[in-house]
Amino acid sequence: MLTAMSIPPTTDQVEQAVIHVQGLEKSFKQLKVLRGVDIDVARGSIFALLGSNGAGKTTVVKILSTLLKADGGTARVNGFDVATQAAEVRESISLTGQFAAVDEILTGRENLVLVARLRHLKDPGAIADDLLRRFSLTEAGTRRVATYSGGMRRRLDIAMSLIGNPPVIFLDEPTTGLDPEARIEVWQAVKDLAEAGTTVLLTTQYLDEAEHLADRIAILHEGRIIVNGTLDELKQLLPPATIEYVEKQPSLEDVFLTLVGARTQKEQR
Amino acid sequence: MNRHFVGDTAVLLGRSLRHIARSPDTIITTAIMPIAFMLLFVYVFGGAIETGTDSYVKYLLPGILVITIASGISYTAFRLFLDMKGGIFERFQSMPVARSSVLWAHVLTSLVANLISLVVVVGVALIMGFRTGAGVSQWLAVAGILVLFTLALTWIAVIPGLTAKTVDGASAFSYPLIFLPFVSSAFVPTESMPGPVRAFAEHQPVTSIVNAIRDLFSQQPVGSDIWIALAWCVGILVLAYLFANVTYRRRIS
Repeated sequence: MLTAMSIPPTTDQVEQAVIHVQGLEKSFKQLKVLRGVDIDVARGSIFALLGSNGAGKTTVVKILSTLLKADGGTARVNGFDVATQAAEVRESISLTGQFAAVDEILTGRENLVLVARLRHLKDPGAIADDLLRRFSLTEAGTRRVATYSGGMRRRLDIAMSLIGNPPVIFLDEPTTGLDPEARIEVWQAVKDLAEAGTTVLLTTQYLDEAEHLADRIAILHEGRIIVNGTLDELKQLLPPATIEYVEKQPSLEDVFLTLVGARTQKEQR
Repeated sequence: MNRHFVGDTAVLLGRSLRHIARSPDTIITTAIMPIAFMLLFVYVFGGAIETGTDSYVKYLLPGILVITIASGISYTAFRLFLDMKGGIFERFQSMPVARSSVLWAHVLTSLVANLISLVVVVGVALIMGFRTGAGVSQWLAVAGILVLFTLALTWIAVIPGLTAKTVDGASAFSYPLIFLPFVSSAFVPTESMPGPVRAFAEHQPVTSIVNAIRDLFSQQPVGSDIWIALAWCVGILVLAYLFANVTYRRRIS
């Protein structure tokens, strides 16, 4: 019955799919974490994988970023098979894991230069300076990352993922543990990315985050995708809004306003 | 082998060397314990130890150098463990980086850090009256044995660095290595030990390594000790390297 709720993407979307996952399965010992996951993500879109803790979101991301091998099914990223063309996949992606993957002992700028060098790019220094500016970290750039706040760390983390302009970026719970202000900063960074044509697959357990950012949302539950569609499509899965009449109890506010208002009227009289 | 292996290893080596440069205390603390042992044995116990040589510090130094390496490599396991725990290891694995570079960078960093510690310890020994007539070739031979021994122990250290669950677990493996020299010819001649202990002492790697270095320092013919020492070092190196790489491959797949 649950599968009936899935909304098939249009054929157009499948053709353009930059991430194509079919029948993905993964078990850890006896525990079946993924039981046949299907996902298609269109180029340049933001796709949110929603699920509670332990639903298998991170496992999906790890398989797609070549850190884990699937037990069954296929997964292609940017046209490359994650199992047989891992090196090409790694050239096409960037992973921002659940915990900020930054080097605490190095400065922010040195972290960026490090990644630029490892991606074999020319002029790592200029790339680092440009990203520091884009992520408002220029002043902090010469400080060790150990002195950064959680939001700054996350921004640096995402900046590191952008080096080399990979066409696909995975963000695994990018705002978990951030304060509201830092969350909004990260959201803005993600939106900017998609506008520039990068495909973003993000996992989150915050419903408002998916609602706010994603072009398409899939819900991963007990190892399967139980729904997949745009926010509007998902909303249509529920019966249309109905009108109900509910007896209205007076709130303290009503009581207060009535009493105060009554007295004022009396005084005016 | 990946075409970026050398370049990637160099970049990652630069990273961990910068870590060491920013916390030189890791090298100092590595050198402090062997120096303390050296002071203790030369100035407290040394007067009562009969080694048949004129200078006890000269007798002792090779064993102290072995202890220096054994305590130094625990930091290799520690640094590797921290990379595994933080997300940075996964970041490297998800990037187009030569996979073996990540390990080799740590191994070469260990070599550099240990060589610095060894120089510090030899410096203190010189202040304490250590003198040798050893020439360039003998010094090179000593350095060669120590480098080989450091590499062998470092590849052992990689294994707990990759598999440990806690920081303590990552560095605890080095304690037995630090105490191995005590049951060898490092501090006292093995002739003074009772039968079974002596048998163990004379057939474990530290004794042959210590004897070979001692002969080189005192310009004696090294005899068979140097070949036994080399065989031990190469044997441990090859086994530890293979085992560490199996562990690594299991960890990243």
